[in-house]
Amino acid sequence: MSVKTIRLISGTKKLNRSFTVSFLLFLLLAAFGCFMALPLIYAVNNAFKPLDELFIFPPRFLVNNPTMDNFFDLFSLMGNSWVPLSRYIMNTLIITVVGTAGHILLASAAAYPLAKYRFPGSKVLFTIVVLSLMFSAQVTAIPNYMVMSWLGWINTHASIIVPSLSFSLGLFLMKQFMEQIPDALLEAAKIDGASEYRIFWTIVMPNVKPAWLTLMILQFPMLWGSDGGNFIYSENLKTLHYALGQIVLGGIARAGVGAAVALLLMVVPITLFIISQSSVIQTMATSGMKE
Amino acid sequence: MQVEAADRSVPVHSPAVKESVWTRNWREIKKSKHHYILMAPYMILFFMFTVIPVVFSMILSFFYFNMLEFPRFVGLQNYSRLLLGDDVFMIALKNTLMFAVITGPVSYIACFLFAWIINELSPKIRAFMTLVFYAPSIAGNVYFIWLIFFSGDAYGYLNGFLMKTGFILEPVQWLTNEQYILTIIIIVQLWLSLGTSFLAFIAGLQTVDHTLIEAGSIDGIKNRWQELWFITLPSMRPQLMFGAVMQITSSFAVADVAIALAGFPSVNYAAHTIVTHLMDYGTIRFEMGYASAIATVLFGLMLGANLLIQKLLRKVGE
Repeated sequence: MSVKTIRLISGTKKLNRSFTVSFLLFLLLAAFGCFMALPLIYAVNNAFKPLDELFIFPPRFLVNNPTMDNFFDLFSLMGNSWVPLSRYIMNTLIITVVGTAGHILLASAAAYPLAKYRFPGSKVLFTIVVLSLMFSAQVTAIPNYMVMSWLGWINTHASIIVPSLSFSLGLFLMKQFMEQIPDALLEAAKIDGASEYRIFWTIVMPNVKPAWLTLMILQFPMLWGSDGGNFIYSENLKTLHYALGQIVLGGIARAGVGAAVALLLMVVPITLFIISQSSVIQTMATSGMKE
Repeated sequence: MQVEAADRSVPVHSPAVKESVWTRNWREIKKSKHHYILMAPYMILFFMFTVIPVVFSMILSFFYFNMLEFPRFVGLQNYSRLLLGDDVFMIALKNTLMFAVITGPVSYIACFLFAWIINELSPKIRAFMTLVFYAPSIAGNVYFIWLIFFSGDAYGYLNGFLMKTGFILEPVQWLTNEQYILTIIIIVQLWLSLGTSFLAFIAGLQTVDHTLIEAGSIDGIKNRWQELWFITLPSMRPQLMFGAVMQITSSFAVADVAIALAGFPSVNYAAHTIVTHLMDYGTIRFEMGYASAIATVLFGLMLGANLLIQKLLRKVGE
């Protein structure tokens, strides 16, 4: 009982392109690959540089004598301050995990009826979701702030988590992916007397695991990189990205520690993507807009 | 959305068409009760934080509101002040349009071009290159690492390199010089822009029907460029449209990168955008009505550009 998956065809060559053109295209790919990768490689290297190598002239790209000092400094520095680093990590983790898991659950529950049934309002609702992909969250920033203060959610994690649950790209991608689930599968379950909720939970959800991972890979970095915006001002509720900003502002004496935090911030989402890449590509194959 | 079943379920024999449409709809709504319940949690939040705020923002743009006094209706005054009397907004508008016109199309074409080249590599290398190109866009907003490249002192990488090779004698203030700052933000913005659409294109290319390509070669398609234009692009149109929406929306929303690199506010507003202007009035000056007018203009620009491009893309390969 599995969804008809899209066959991923490897790019075998059918027609020839002249060797020169191919060569130039791959050269282009290599050049831009370097442009994309170098800043990140630099960030990784920086985190392992001893202090004297961080301020060498002319500046050097790669590390000569790698050291873990920056990480030890990070923990001793932040361990002594009145808000320990672990607190920032914890806050970021709470926001990211609750926000991502909640988003996947809510978006899937809403995507299932939209993907599989026609009922009054279904078309209008989906059109509104598609339209909402066409403007960014900043458009709604002012009323959102008022709603938050009216709800009394300013300076709570909920102000970051709750709006992110209804991120519209997730619903859109989930709905497109769920359309592939064969109707026969759902009909069979219905004949067996399963309720819609049961069908959703025991048949639909296990069949859209690739789409969960995709929603995760889109939602996770946004929340992981969140600095709390205008909503959170208590130091003990701030996020890791905010702490990084403070360390970087601390000037050159903190450069090594800053590099260590930056590494921490980028390694987690990138690792998640490495793990989930093939599922994400599989989901993206259904991402198209039909009209 | 709970349904009150009792009084409405009486069968209606009235010949009036309108009434029967309503009863039929009502019956269908009751029948799909479970669907509404499944959608309710998401939709309530979606309306609360996206749909209603957009409408509310439009209404608020006709008022003077400072969060303390009761809102006062001022008609079109916010708009006339914004469009006729606000020089800084004009700079912001010019910068935003420039970012959108450059980073939008360039990043869109780059997403497709690199996806297209990567698609021909062997699966392992393809996975690796996908990671290399996609990683910056999810790397936890660490774009500030570009600061060290363009740092204004001799320790900046660009300055260090140019001074060592003798192109310049003294370090250049890249990030505070109005001449360079826009270019630098565009470069960093492009670095971040191979995101969701890039993945959608890679996936789209892998699902192009190969029998079409074979049929095409019989029909006289001679090279890869013709194949790209006549077969690949038209069969990827849904992904192309999706990708366009993603790139357009983000290219109008430049703010975080500009703030991280050029500061807020930037020197002579050189890196000011509509979004930073909105933040200025919304979170610093608390002129909520005026900020809402800015947000409404931004909304109109994004939606307008998106709908226009959707119309154009429908013509690809026709």
